[in-house]
Parts: sequence; structure tokens; C-alpha cells
Amino acid sequence: MKHTLSVLLQNKPGVLSRVTGLFSGRGFNIESLSVAETLDSSLSCLTLVTSGNEAIVEQITKQLHKLIDVIKVTDISESEYVEREMALIRVKAENTTRAEVLRIIDIFRGKVVDVSPKAYAVEVTGTATKIQAIIDILRPIGIKEIVRTGTIAMARAPKK
Amino acid sequence: MNKITGSEVIVQCLLEEGVTTIFGFPGGAVIDLYDTLMDSKVHHVLVRHEQGAVHAADGLARVTGDVGVALLTSGPGATNGVTAIATAYMDSIPMVILTGQVPTPLIGNDAFQEVDIVGITRPCTKHNYLVNKAEDLLPTLREAFHIARTGRPGPVLVDLPKDVVASMIEFTEKKPIRMQNYQPTYEPHLGQVEKACKAILKAKQPVLYVGGGVILSNSNEELTVLAKNLNIPVTMTLMGLGGFPGRDSLSMGMLGMHGSYTSNMAVAKSDLLIAVGARFDDRVTGRVDAFAPHAKIIHIDIDPTSISKNVTVDIPIVADCKHALAAMNKWFSTSGENLQSIGDTHNAWIETINEWTKKHPMTYHDEGETIKPQFVIEKLDELTNGDAIITTEVGQNQMWAAQFYKFNRPRHLVTSGGLGTMGFGLPAAIGAKMAFPEATVIDVAGDGSIQMNIQELSTAKQYGCPVIVCILNNNYLGMVRQWQELFYDKRYASTVMEVTPDFVALAEAYGAVGFRCDKTSEVKETIRKALEAVKENTVILDFRISREEGVFPMVPAGKATTEMLLV
Repeated sequence: MKHTLSVLLQNKPGVLSRVTGLFSGRGFNIESLSVAETLDSSLSCLTLVTSGNEAIVEQITKQLHKLIDVIKVTDISESEYVEREMALIRVKAENTTRAEVLRIIDIFRGKVVDVSPKAYAVEVTGTATKIQAIIDILRPIGIKEIVRTGTIAMARAPKK
Repeated sequence: MNKITGSEVIVQCLLEEGVTTIFGFPGGAVIDLYDTLMDSKVHHVLVRHEQGAVHAADGLARVTGDVGVALLTSGPGATNGVTAIATAYMDSIPMVILTGQVPTPLIGNDAFQEVDIVGITRPCTKHNYLVNKAEDLLPTLREAFHIARTGRPGPVLVDLPKDVVASMIEFTEKKPIRMQNYQPTYEPHLGQVEKACKAILKAKQPVLYVGGGVILSNSNEELTVLAKNLNIPVTMTLMGLGGFPGRDSLSMGMLGMHGSYTSNMAVAKSDLLIAVGARFDDRVTGRVDAFAPHAKIIHIDIDPTSISKNVTVDIPIVADCKHALAAMNKWFSTSGENLQSIGDTHNAWIETINEWTKKHPMTYHDEGETIKPQFVIEKLDELTNGDAIITTEVGQNQMWAAQFYKFNRPRHLVTSGGLGTMGFGLPAAIGAKMAFPEATVIDVAGDGSIQMNIQELSTAKQYGCPVIVCILNNNYLGMVRQWQELFYDKRYASTVMEVTPDFVALAEAYGAVGFRCDKTSEVKETIRKALEAVKENTVILDFRISREEGVFPMVPAGKATTEMLLV
């Protein structure tokens, strides 16, 4: 079962290494990880996607919390949340396929951000599932390179 | 503003934290600090190897409960300390380790004696720091002590670049430390306390399973009150020994791989296991699914990660053991329940337990004049009334000490439980003796382990710090040999110590006293002589024991704790 954790931590050297060291040292799994500074530049927000049963995720949450530089850990996948990931995909775009590629990009509300005689670089944003879907569709045409940011996520605000 | 050097700041900060003795070894990166220490009120003990410095500070911390401090130089000085830091981390010992570092402009340049000790020790410290700026030095040191001694204690390393230590800094007044991101829970949730107490009232076959947390939080008295008031038998982990008086009729001794038959049977049959400051380590549980299969489990621990880590817990209480036990005692005393009659309902259970002990007591086979190691420990216990501070090395010697010495009081067994570090006992004994010069301190050792940090005999000599090193000499790396005997067709791969020093001559070479003993009938007299001689000088006892004696009971790895091999 996938879980998306949002971790608030001190924006200091070595802190990320404490987090990743914890995961490797205890054999926990990291599917993706994305981190950057928050509004308060002394803090960073890290979004981490991991998988495991309830007991493992509970242990991960508690172990993260035990790190002195970690301020708050939320399993945001426990309630309503929005998640986004961005991918840059360089896909073959030759005479025979160019129109097809553009159609696909359009369907996925992507953007062409770099053009060369034989390829387009495409920017596409969405949930991890959506990114996977465009990759699957573009793959037969010929993907040359791919870079993904990993998921970032935010809990939805209360409805009232 | 009056500014002082970084070295002076460090020394003043040590004094402010109540540190009077530190252990260390000098080097280029810490030479300024040593210069300042020379005229200060902090007593510096020069060890012979950095591992010894950290173990000695650890030993001091374990017997006093204070924060132990070690000072190491950069590079190899720091890396030599890593094993001992990991030792303290596994056993949750409050320590601050100060390491020298190359000057900040050189960091990352592969400078002479440079190593990324903060990176290396990240997974084996509670927290660690590299002090980058002069103005961070004082707050970092104060925070380090705060983190080391609060919550679940542990070692904190502070890496000190040479230029930071040499800079001029203002010594500001200490204010209470408040950390947004670090606030250990001391007080128990009273709803959980009530749930636990009600479960205890209902239990017919309860067992108290006591770990090192009881020692660390000084809650042995609260524990004893709970056990006595409600007539609940107590079993202890290696780290918990002394948390409950070993001579008390409710004590079942240690549990787990080399625990007593009684303890392991009691846990297996119990309907309520009350874990206090213990962490369900694999050496305690054996096969996890067969551990306490019929029991509801209450778990008191200050570290939330300990709870339901290895074994699912029914009633967790995240709190300091002392506060939680006090709250439980208070609940019982104000509950209006007749504690005496509740305690009496456990009499049948206690009867069963006593039957187990009668059937399979902690024992060994007599071999006439061939010395049995268990006999040596029994005599140590008898001649010191269970009141000596016993440090141990690791292996059979450690288990025999844990099984046959009946610790009356907490902080009297000093042993590397979690990490199992050979070479721990002698430096730890020196640290303990430094803390309590009047105490009898005995390092129970094997001929293998003692050689791992034997150089510290010089430290003991130099500082007039006499301890007894009681070597149970079987010319084997005995614990591994025992496993080879039982599980590897007696193929003694690399466990035969074909060359072992003459320990009596070695003692003399270090200016200590050595006695050899190879007859059972002379054991008692030899220990008596040692207890007399140690008033003046360190004593090495070389007991030539029955070579292939094993530690029993033993739960083979991966088996249920009821599947014990017995004597």
C-alpha cells in the first residue's frame, strides 16, 4: 500500500542525509522523494512516497519523528489530498510521428518546451498515474530521455 | 563584551553541565583544547586508545546516570571511537563525544587527519553536530547535553573545527533550552494508565518484563512497589538486571536466549506481560510469533518507536518509566481495591513459578577440582554480597555474570547489551571506579575479550584506579565455540586461542598484581586475596576454567524461548 508522507524539517546541511540514511539503514522503501524550502526559509518540506503495511508505515512515521531535525510528519494519504508530479520527456518527433505526438501532448495538457529536428521535449504535470499514462502512450513512438520530479503533495483544506 | 577562546568556552560549558571527569586522547586538532584543560578544574583521564576513552566515559555514565564525556582528536581519533559510540547508542547511554576537526576552510579537502565523522556517526548517535561558526559553539554544546540526557538518552557527537575552537567567543548566560522539534513525553496518558491498571487487576498470571529503561529512568523503587504490592513476578533483560533486587523471591532472573527456565516459561504461560522500559529485542523474544502467545501486552517506553516495533502491543504507554509506574502505583492506591487480596490471587501462579525453579534451577555440573566459571561468579557474588559493580566483556563471561551474580541494586551491572562489544569491560570498569573510588569494581572477562582493550591497564595504573579483572580463561572464544559445538559439528573454526599471554606476567608488566588459580578449592581464597589487593592495585585473576563449559539454558537462534537446551 502506497503512502505519501509530508515531512517538515530544518533547512540545514545534512538533514536530508539523516532522512535517507534512516530509510536505507532500516530497510524502508523510498519510491520518490522531493524536497525544497518552504515559505519560512529555515524549514524545508519533503514529500516522500513509500510503501508498506500499516505497521511499517507507522514505524517509518515514528522513526522520522525521532530525528531531531524533523519537526512534523504527516501521512497525508490518510485523508483527502492533492498530488502532482512533473516530468520532462524527450520523445522522437519525426515527419511521420510529429502530429501524433502533438495530439497526445494536447490530450494530456502537456507543453513542448524544446524542439529539435528529430525530437520534442515535453513538459507534463499531474498525478503519478497520469505521468505513467503518457509515458506508456509515448513509449511505442520512442522516448529518448525522461526526468521526473517525484510526487509533491498537499492535504486538502477542510471543506467548511 | 568579554570574549574568551573557544577552548575556554568548552571547558566552562563542561563545568556548567556538572562534568568533572572526561576521558580522551590528544592530537593536532584538539591541542588548543588540551592546553586549556591543563589548568582547568576538569579532570582529564588519558587513555591508551580512543575506544577506551568512550567506553570509560560510558562506564561512568552507566553507574552515575550523568552524561559521560569523551574527547577525541580528528580523523583516526574519531574513527577509533565509533565502536564505543555505537555501543552507547544501542544501550541508550547519555554521552557527549567531542571530536576535533580540521579548520573549516580545509573541510572537504582531504586534509591531514580529516574524516567526515558527523557522516560516519549519523546512524549511531542520537544526534550530532558539526560546529561551523564560532557563535554556534556554545548553544550547540548546551543543546548536545540537553539531548543526551533527556528523553531516551543517547550519545551526541559534537565535531569541533580547529579554527572555531581557537576563535574568540562571548560566554552568554544559560537559558532553559526549548526545542520546537524535540519534546520527549515524560508524563503518561492517564487513560492508558487506567486501562493498564484494570488489565492488571484482571490478570491471573501476570509477569513484569523489565528492561534497561527502568535503570536509565531511576524507577527501580516505583517498580519494586508495583511488583510487591500486587505480588507480580519479575523477569529482567540483561540491561534490566538490578532494576529489581536479584535476591527477592519475586525475581525470576534474566529472560531470553540465556535466561532462566523459569523466566522463559513464565513469559510463555503468562496472560499479561507488563513490559517496562524494554524493547522486545530478538535475544529476548526468540521466535517472535511464539513469544508470550497467550498474553495481553502492556508496554511502557519513552521512545514511541520501541512500541509495536517487534511485537504488537495492546496497551502502549509512551512515558518515562518513573512517571508511568508512579501513576500506576497512585491509581492502585486510590482505587479502593484491596491490593493484598488481589496479590493473593496470584499465589497459585507464583506456586507454578516456584515449581519451575525447583525443577530447573540455574545450575551447572560439578567437576571436582576443575573450575566451573559459574562457581567463580557465585563466589564473587557471595564475597561481595551482590554489591560490587560488575562490568563485563562480551560472550560466555558476560552471560555467566548475568546468570549467577545476583544484583541487589541498579547501575551495578555495566555491560554492552545491544551491540555486544568485546573489549568494553576494562575501560568501563575504569570509568566506574573513577565515579565511585570507594566501590569494588570487577570486570568479568574472557581471555579473548580482555585482549581487545588490555592496554587500558596502563590508564588504571596511571590514575590510581584499581579494579579487578576476573578472567574466565578457557583458551577459546567460548561463545562462538559453543555455537560451533552445538550447531557446526564441533568444527572450531578460528575460536581456539592457540597463543594467549601469561596474564600473571602481563599484570606485572603493567604494574598490576596477578593471581592464577586452577583448582576449585582455591577459588574462594583467590577472590579474597584479590579483594584485599585491589585496595592498593589493579588485580588480574586468571581462572583456568573447564574449557568446554557452555552457557545454559540456551534458546537456539530462531526457536521459541520455551525450546531451551538445559544443563
